Amino acid sequence: MANNMVRSFRDIAATQEVASPLRVVQIDGLVILKIIKHCKEFMPSLVTGQLLGLDVGSCLEVTNCFPFPSREEDEEIEADGANYQLEMMRCLREVNVDNNTVGWYQSTYMGSFQTVELIETFMNYQENIKRCVCIIYDPQRSSQGVLALKALKLSDSFMDLYRYNNFSGEKLREKNLSWVDIFEEIPVKVSNSALVSAFMTELEADAPVSQCDYDRLVLSTNPFMERNLEFLVECMDDLSMEQQKFQFYYRNLSRQQAQQQAWLQKRRAENKARKDAGEDPLPEEDPSNPIFKPVPEPSRLDSFLITNQISNYCNQINGFAGQSFSRIYLMDAIHDN
Amino acid sequence: MASGNTILQFSPSSTNLSAKIHPIVLFNICDSFLRRQDQAERVIGTLLGSISADGTVDIRNSYCVPHNESSDQVAVDIEYHHSMLVSHQRVNPKEVIVGWYSTGSGVSGGSALIHEFYSREVANPVHLTVDTGFSSGEASIKAYVGVNLSVGDRQLAAQFQEVPLDLRMLEAERVGFDILKKTTVDKLPNDLEGVEASMERLIVLIDEVYKYVDDVVEGRIPTDNSIGKYLADTVASIPRMSPAAFDKLFNDSLQDLLLVLYLGSLTRTQLGLAEKLNTAAQIL
Repeated sequence: MANNMVRSFRDIAATQEVASPLRVVQIDGLVILKIIKHCKEFMPSLVTGQLLGLDVGSCLEVTNCFPFPSREEDEEIEADGANYQLEMMRCLREVNVDNNTVGWYQSTYMGSFQTVELIETFMNYQENIKRCVCIIYDPQRSSQGVLALKALKLSDSFMDLYRYNNFSGEKLREKNLSWVDIFEEIPVKVSNSALVSAFMTELEADAPVSQCDYDRLVLSTNPFMERNLEFLVECMDDLSMEQQKFQFYYRNLSRQQAQQQAWLQKRRAENKARKDAGEDPLPEEDPSNPIFKPVPEPSRLDSFLITNQISNYCNQINGFAGQSFSRIYLMDAIHDN
Repeated sequence: MASGNTILQFSPSSTNLSAKIHPIVLFNICDSFLRRQDQAERVIGTLLGSISADGTVDIRNSYCVPHNESSDQVAVDIEYHHSMLVSHQRVNPKEVIVGWYSTGSGVSGGSALIHEFYSREVANPVHLTVDTGFSSGEASIKAYVGVNLSVGDRQLAAQFQEVPLDLRMLEAERVGFDILKKTTVDKLPNDLEGVEASMERLIVLIDEVYKYVDDVVEGRIPTDNSIGKYLADTVASIPRMSPAAFDKLFNDSLQDLLLVLYLGSLTRTQLGLAEKLNTAAQIL
């Protein structure tokens, strides 16, 4: 009986831990301020940095971060960057900061962050860390009064597909994967230590209005909208180019199939003639014939990413238009008074 | 100087020296205080920032430096301090050392030694104390500058003189105090909620102003000309337009927005369709 109760060490080591899915990312106020400071200082160039924290159950806590130096020239050695990282981590370890990398953050311009590099960076991180997240911050949108911070993760099904680098139509239909499934957005929670919260409450009495409100109620909305639309139109051009590639592929495919059919017919007729003449029939396939060479199917990854981008722009436009509507009606009401 | 009277010379504090602190520094300090070693009573660290021409010190960043303090000895990990400085300057070369901070109220003997160390790094270091123990019952953040007391030609002691500190936290305001004040915030507000909150606050403000004006008119509160003038200016700053012109402007903007919104929805529908067509095509 004792044997039943006590599982051998080997058994326990063999059972794999089921990782609970990541449900929420908890960010420290300190991290938010650091990210904002770094991204804003280097606007308009895009910057990145590393996130440090802890992985607790279904929540990923981000407790600290440090920025990466910007690489101006390409001859900046990889070792330098790695050295910087190691040095920072070592120093932070000495002052008891959580030393685990849980992801990275990057700034973006008008929400145009869905690129292949992002996916590649994700895959790189994913090999070493079980759970990592990418935080995207948009300093432009934040100057409108919205804290444009979001946490992204690649969905698991997409990662499997990417590993085998197989983006043909059948595979995608099999897994029922569409462009919405590439990135998963994870809700973000903000937490502050009690000490900091006490300080902030003391130091800044509840002012009735703050700079944030001033930003939100500014009426001049056109520049932002214009830029958004510009980007949207560019993306549509890219998308139409991708579509043309597909059309080309399909046309080639159908032409090749027509050729195959024609050749097959000819072969069959030939075989019938030979049978009549009493000779052996020739095989119905001929792999050496170039019409049987399979046409490579273009990867759909790019079109997915572009689609994602477009959808992002549309979302931004929506949100922004909502704000503008409210502001316009407000102006109307004030004017009447 | 031949007379027997000792003359105490207080050199005047550097004129116009004042310090401005960014909220991230405060957050950093609190965080490092929370993570300190158990036996340490306080933490010290370096302040980074810039010094402007008129003497204002802008404190923009900070990092904690491990140190050991006993009743008569102070040991600071200088190598750590330098390597962190190098790392920080790789990201932001414009930030230089402007001083140092310590938690805990008041200034102790050890602080003088540390201050001397820092004055070897920068000309006039600013010493920031952050009272994390709330010993005086309220949050106190003070900045000091070291001033040398000399008698005649002899150095007597160094005095820490307090310097005005500007705690205006502009970036924190941008982020929204609601996020930074509470211990947990469940959801970041999105566009519409933000505008809603701002408008509510605006309404509250307008109500207050109404009430104030009513009170003054009825004589409940003594009149204050400056406030009255300010209000008159504010109301006059609404541009005057004829109703027709305003209506046209209003309708135009509204229609532009609606058009853009419609295009956005159209694009999304198009995307959905394209998606279906792309993957649904069967290859025979």
